[in-house]
Amino acid sequence: MALDITTARPWPALLDLPWRLPLEDWPEERLAALPRGISRHVVRFVRLEGRVIAIKEIKADIARREYNMLRMLRRLGQPVVEPVGVVAGRLTKDGEPLDACLLTRHLQFSLPYRAMLSQNLRPDTAARLIDALAVLLVRLHLVGFWWGDVSLSNTLFKRSAGEFAAYLVDAETGELHDKLTNGQREHDLDIARVNIAGEMMDLQAGGFVGEDIDPIAISDRIIQRYNVLWQELTAVERFDADQRWRVDERIRVLNSLGFDVGELDITTDFDGTTIQIQPKVVDAGHHSRRLLRLTGLDVEDNQARRLLNDLDAFRAAHERQNDDEEQVAHDWLMQVYEPITRSAPPEMRRKMEPAELFHEVLEHRWYMSEKAQRDFTIEEAVQDYIDTVLPDKPDDSAVVGVDTDAIPVRANR
Amino acid sequence: MATVTYDEATRVYPGADVASVDKLNIDIQDGEFLVLVGPSGSGKSTALRMLAGLEEVNEGRILIGDRDVTNLSPKDRDVAMVFQNYALYPHMTVADNMGFALKIAGVPKSEIRSRVVEAAKILDLEPFLDRKPKALSGGQRQRVAMGRAIVRSPQVFLMDEPLSNLDAKLRVQTRTQIASLQRRLGVTTVYVTHDQVEAMTMGDRVAVLKDGLLQQLDTPRRMYDHPNNVFVAGFIGSPAMNLLEVPVTEGGVKLGSIVHPVKRDPLAKTGDKVIVGIRPEDLTPASEGGIPVEVDVVEELGADAYVYGRTDVGGESDKQIVARVDGRQVPDKGQTIHFVPKGEGDHLHLFDPESGERLGD
Ligand SMILES: Nc1ncnc2c1ncn2[C@@H]1O[C@H](COP(=O)(O)OP(=O)(O)OP(=O)(O)O)[C@@H](O)[C@H]1O
Ligand SMILES: Nc1ncnc2c1ncn2[C@@H]1O[C@H](COP(=O)(O)OP(=O)(O)OP(=O)(O)O)[C@@H](O)[C@H]1O
Ligand SMILES: [Mg+2]
Ligand SMILES: [Mg+2]
Repeated sequence: MALDITTARPWPALLDLPWRLPLEDWPEERLAALPRGISRHVVRFVRLEGRVIAIKEIKADIARREYNMLRMLRRLGQPVVEPVGVVAGRLTKDGEPLDACLLTRHLQFSLPYRAMLSQNLRPDTAARLIDALAVLLVRLHLVGFWWGDVSLSNTLFKRSAGEFAAYLVDAETGELHDKLTNGQREHDLDIARVNIAGEMMDLQAGGFVGEDIDPIAISDRIIQRYNVLWQELTAVERFDADQRWRVDERIRVLNSLGFDVGELDITTDFDGTTIQIQPKVVDAGHHSRRLLRLTGLDVEDNQARRLLNDLDAFRAAHERQNDDEEQVAHDWLMQVYEPITRSAPPEMRRKMEPAELFHEVLEHRWYMSEKAQRDFTIEEAVQDYIDTVLPDKPDDSAVVGVDTDAIPVRANR
Repeated sequence: MATVTYDEATRVYPGADVASVDKLNIDIQDGEFLVLVGPSGSGKSTALRMLAGLEEVNEGRILIGDRDVTNLSPKDRDVAMVFQNYALYPHMTVADNMGFALKIAGVPKSEIRSRVVEAAKILDLEPFLDRKPKALSGGQRQRVAMGRAIVRSPQVFLMDEPLSNLDAKLRVQTRTQIASLQRRLGVTTVYVTHDQVEAMTMGDRVAVLKDGLLQQLDTPRRMYDHPNNVFVAGFIGSPAMNLLEVPVTEGGVKLGSIVHPVKRDPLAKTGDKVIVGIRPEDLTPASEGGIPVEVDVVEELGADAYVYGRTDVGGESDKQIVARVDGRQVPDKGQTIHFVPKGEGDHLHLFDPESGERLGD
């Protein structure tokens, strides 16, 4: 059988990879040593023309299904890894068939939870990871995606201005429906709860996190956070006709949660004394869309929120409330954002996304001011941050040394 | 442990004009291993999910024991979906991997331990309880995952194509394990597969679905010997049953140049044609007359061989025929040989050409 490569990205260099070897045996010099979560299949990262590609060895039909599922989810605007292709029809040199490979693009600056947790000393890191996963799960459920294997391992995390943003990495068990039933949503939540507790218990057993954390409490959090968010986004609200401000209020709350309301269902009862509203279409990315429109910067939603706050502060400080919004944004970009993000030495810029660096510098300035009880200029903050903080920051683009082995379940060869 | 009852259970997906599961009636016995089988899109997963509480039931009811669970949420039904999603945790012992979900459910430590030990005995994992999963073989890892479901001791196990992502060898191995494990545990089990061989080797009874309709519910033996309609006849068995539409004549059916005797009663209900079903092992070569078959391929299996060829009998030209022959006397490719059914009409299945329903016994 000939090698059969399906890809949306015709990268000729794909052909040079050693497809005739089981993935486990690929030569070290091909691989990029980046951390991974727990998996049943063998997964490896390779460098390919300046990018990093994740390769998972898996049966051909399942690989194709997952590839198509990831494509559909991306088309629906969901935060999932980018599928690159499927390589099937692999044979060893002796003509023995090998499983197919699913190729996805490595998500830059992302980390699996194990790496996040073993390098982060803040006590609430686990809770914030769960919060990000809850947002992801709600978003997926809103578009009718039943995940079937919700877990920290199947999620990738990126830092986002003091919070995290979660991405789906493993869609193997997923199904896309028009609309999920309550039973399906509950089932996903139940799976999430058991998996998260198991994953936290495992980290404890391995000594990666302290005995003081409570895996069960952390796993319960996914249910609470999910339910609160689901309620906010979908609940029907009823009020008297003279309380119309509550329509705006509902939209404001959704915006603050990072969602835009694409369609709102408003009905009145027959005599018009009560109004009933329910969001029908909500889209995540309220802040990032606004920032993108104003500045062309494409960043995580919480980072965007942070940047927009700074932009507002800039506008107030320069008394430009009446100027054209886009013009002010342009000036802010040139005078504030770019100088800060460019001031870090290049080898350090590799460690962190620019928007994250910007957020860090702002945090640092606040911290300096509090300590010294005086104001500092942004330039001073940048310099101090570069001198004292940045060198000790972990390199998110390459954290190694965390146990990330696959535990394949298959017959012994 | 409990019985499971589908009572006229129906699922119509929103926007669909036909039911994906249509008035399904199945009584599953306590401790029974029931397999739902059918081609893709036949509704078997939907039927299973209705039982799990993942899919709404639009009409009819579902009972577990005497309890009507039709409107209960999944976690209140006391059923366990096995294998769908499991991970093995590298730093936890085999015992903890099996028992941790009970900890979440608030089961006391000592009880967790005793349930884990009990499950490990059944799964032959007792010597490995204190090991880490890495130190296990692939098959043992698979059993640890089963253990996770067993320790929960649910009323019903539900499995939807649990073997689909295993390699071929482990698949066969695990199939046998699941079946024997289920018999030892005696927990009522509903198992979905599209693979009729899997269905026939694992199930106490098999339910064949097509287009959301139950075609037949029987033991594997009965299903094989007595398919209720043409669909089941063609679906169950590998290689598949030969199905030929032939003329009805005085005293029997016309198979090529011969008339094969058939009881009169069943034929009374049909017109001048009937569909005859003959399993490959029920055909035998004849010296003169019968169904002429031009041999395309011979698949040798040692004692036996399968002959794949074509015939003109049955109206169509080049109709595919499969016959099992003695492995020591195989025909050559290209040769034409004649086959007749074994026995006196008792190895023959008859179906109505219009309705596809079985005629006679
Ligand atoms: N595109 C990617 N970018 C970054 N990391 C990735 C990517 N693809 C896979 N990984 C890493 O590899 C790990 C395993 O991948 P994945 O979950 O798809 O494997 P799996 O064998 O299907 O897992 P499971 O056992 O949950 O079925 C993930 O946890 C993730 O850390
Ligand atoms: N969420 C859904 N929304 C609408 N139609 C659906 C949905 N899920 C399944 N169907 C339809 O219902 C029918 C039965 O599907 P089901 O998944 O139960 O079949 P199956 O026998 O399990 O098939 P397979 O072997 O392919 O898994 C199919 O026609 C399918 O397209
Ligand atoms: Mg995974
Ligand atoms: Mg199915």
